[in-house]
Amino acid sequence: MNTPRATVSKLLPFSCVDGPGNRLVLFLQGCNFACLTCHNPHTMALCTHCGDCIPACPTGALELRAGRVEFDPALCTQCDDCLRACPINANPMVREMSLPEVLDVLRENLPFLDGITVSGGEATTQLKFLVALFAAVKYAPDLAHLSCLVDSNGYLGPGGWARLLPVVDGVMLDIKALDAETHRRLTGQDNARVLDSARLLHAAGKLQEIRFLVIPGVTDTEAEIVALTEFLHELDPAPRLRLNAFQAHGVRPPAAVWPTASRDGMEAVAQRLSDLGVMRIETPTVYL
Amino acid sequence: MSLDLDKIQKIVTDPTLNPSQKARFLSLEAENALPYPEGDPEAAQALADGVLCDLVEGHAPYKPRYVLPDFGVLLANGSDYLELAPPRTLDEAINCLMIAWHHTPSVTAMPVFIGHLDQLLLPFCDGVGHDDLVTKIRLLWRYIDRVLPDAFLHTNIGPEDNRVARAILQVDAELKQIAPNLTLLYDPETTGETLLRMATDNIAACSKPHIANHPLHEAAFDARGYGIVSCYNALPAAGGAGTLVRLNLHEVARRSEGVEDFLQRALPHYMELQFRLIETRMSWLFERSGFFENFIVEEGWIDRDRFTAMFGIYGMAEAVNLLREKDGLPGQYGFDTKANELGYRISEQMAAKVEATPVKHAWRGRALLHSQAGISSDLEATPGVRIPYGTEPDPVTHVKALAPHHRFYPSGISEILTIDETVKANPQALYTLAKGALASGMREFTANVAGNDLVRVTGYMIRLSDVKKYRNKEGSRINTTGLGAEAAEVTGILERKPRVIGHEYAQGYGQ
Repeated sequence: MNTPRATVSKLLPFSCVDGPGNRLVLFLQGCNFACLTCHNPHTMALCTHCGDCIPACPTGALELRAGRVEFDPALCTQCDDCLRACPINANPMVREMSLPEVLDVLRENLPFLDGITVSGGEATTQLKFLVALFAAVKYAPDLAHLSCLVDSNGYLGPGGWARLLPVVDGVMLDIKALDAETHRRLTGQDNARVLDSARLLHAAGKLQEIRFLVIPGVTDTEAEIVALTEFLHELDPAPRLRLNAFQAHGVRPPAAVWPTASRDGMEAVAQRLSDLGVMRIETPTVYL
Repeated sequence: MSLDLDKIQKIVTDPTLNPSQKARFLSLEAENALPYPEGDPEAAQALADGVLCDLVEGHAPYKPRYVLPDFGVLLANGSDYLELAPPRTLDEAINCLMIAWHHTPSVTAMPVFIGHLDQLLLPFCDGVGHDDLVTKIRLLWRYIDRVLPDAFLHTNIGPEDNRVARAILQVDAELKQIAPNLTLLYDPETTGETLLRMATDNIAACSKPHIANHPLHEAAFDARGYGIVSCYNALPAAGGAGTLVRLNLHEVARRSEGVEDFLQRALPHYMELQFRLIETRMSWLFERSGFFENFIVEEGWIDRDRFTAMFGIYGMAEAVNLLREKDGLPGQYGFDTKANELGYRISEQMAAKVEATPVKHAWRGRALLHSQAGISSDLEATPGVRIPYGTEPDPVTHVKALAPHHRFYPSGISEILTIDETVKANPQALYTLAKGALASGMREFTANVAGNDLVRVTGYMIRLSDVKKYRNKEGSRINTTGLGAEAAEVTGILERKPRVIGHEYAQGYGQ
């Protein structure tokens, strides 16, 4: 049987920020956006086995075998020097996981879990695996109570969503900017498909929440706030809007020198949206 | 063996101490001017070398370390000695308890156990409305925190869901005081999901209560029950613990050649010395101190036969890592399966020896094994069997690594799971984690939501201290006015109130 495999950047058995309750989070490697504000740029690309990271590893956890970079987790000290050495925003520590392997991890952690969230990178770039995983969870009697959520940038087209919708419980969708030009500058891609995805998911009752990154001077302008409000008013009943605060720490240039979103700034944006009639706004619990 | 007059002079004139704090330190100087109870010289040497530790209980143990009175006896019968009639109303019952706590000794000058409060007060609550009940508990909480400000002072609620338990949780989350410390005894059969959810929501608000796995504790004790006191110690109700002596497993590992030498020779040897020191201290308390002529024994609050001896251990993480290093084996405690398995093996062997070794005067004639939560002066020895601070894995991996130890430690074992503050927006996660931990065999679930340097935001982890450094360096380029205020808010959460401290660990002046 030819079951799809996942290219996994990271797996966490505890997350309280990726949907309701405690969730196992699978971060899949590879993204079709190139966001300036990405905090995990090493999840963007797939490894080409160039080997540039090997000399950067201080403990010899990486080596070239038969033209492939091989990683030994037992020797790794999580210093992440290899990520800084990578010329293409990839990660030599990613691992391939089969569907049964992922299901085993879910079962090992089952007493602790409310659900599973697949994030990235961009989760939907590995759509075949994603659909197979959620279908397997839904059909396994011991796993069927787990909710299946996806973090997505919304770039997937309607054909892709049609395959995913029957098995996914909800999608947490990022809208990086309402202005097309700003969106292109921030992500390298157009936002028309993202907005269409939001409409499609909302119509299907699967839009868990919309996430909007507040970047001072970029996405907190009056024009952006008004455009966001108008877009949200199209969607009835209103989805939850989660405002995330841009944090410069850990981001690559040029965004590394942009100002961080402050509590006051976030509250001002939330207040303005609320004044314009936006409901169900959530602001961060913790400011860095 | 003599009084240090300079030190006493310093205590009496220290402007930072209030008169009762001075009196306490003076009493410790006087007690410790007496000779140490005479006992085995080899055990005394191990104590001097720091392999054994008596937690500075004092040279003359004239009271048991932990006393858990059955306050129900007082509420049913009143007290001849205190000239108290049995209470008839809730106000009278609360007043009787406030008086009784004042007469409850412990290793500190304050009680470590103030009763299963919901069970004690429930019979007096007929006809008392919810608002009234909350008001009375709020005042009681204020009294406890201001008059008995000890972080180790502990009350228990549960396992049955009831209105007093709910009122206590409501007040505790509202006031967010350090005292009293609070444990919910949880039984999946009788507690119910609502009360457990109230408890885990409280943890998100104030890192309290602790949640004890009632079926596991109940099975370790008898019909008279148990209480959770001080640093998560499970002890016989109407009794307590005469002494707590602890063994530094890291020091034992240093005196071993490797895993087998540790298990076959060094560990049994030092455990034997620990039993001798326990016997010495228990004999002094039971045979010489005169404690058991106290009215709380005569009136039946406590029973002389219900005091155990706590056989404490700590430094498991360093011991396992050092032993494996000596044997040339890789893998760190808490992360590596084989390293964790060595830990379980050590726990199992110690449990078997403690169960097989008679201890005079102790409840059921045996000591009880205890994973000791450490004191601030410990160096290179992590509390109990915990994973060293700052290197803990995620909470789920953490629980799974440590849960197999828990069946070996009937008198208590605690892990503190640090959960970042983002959980406040999603308390369901904490609830599920607690249920999973208890279902995995943890005797106690404790989570610390505040005070965590590590914060995960949306897919990335960040250390608040790193952010602070980054800010300081970049301060000239970024508008820091708002940021400075934020940082102060964040670090303000990390600070603890100095007025309320852990008196158990204020072992003497200048320590």
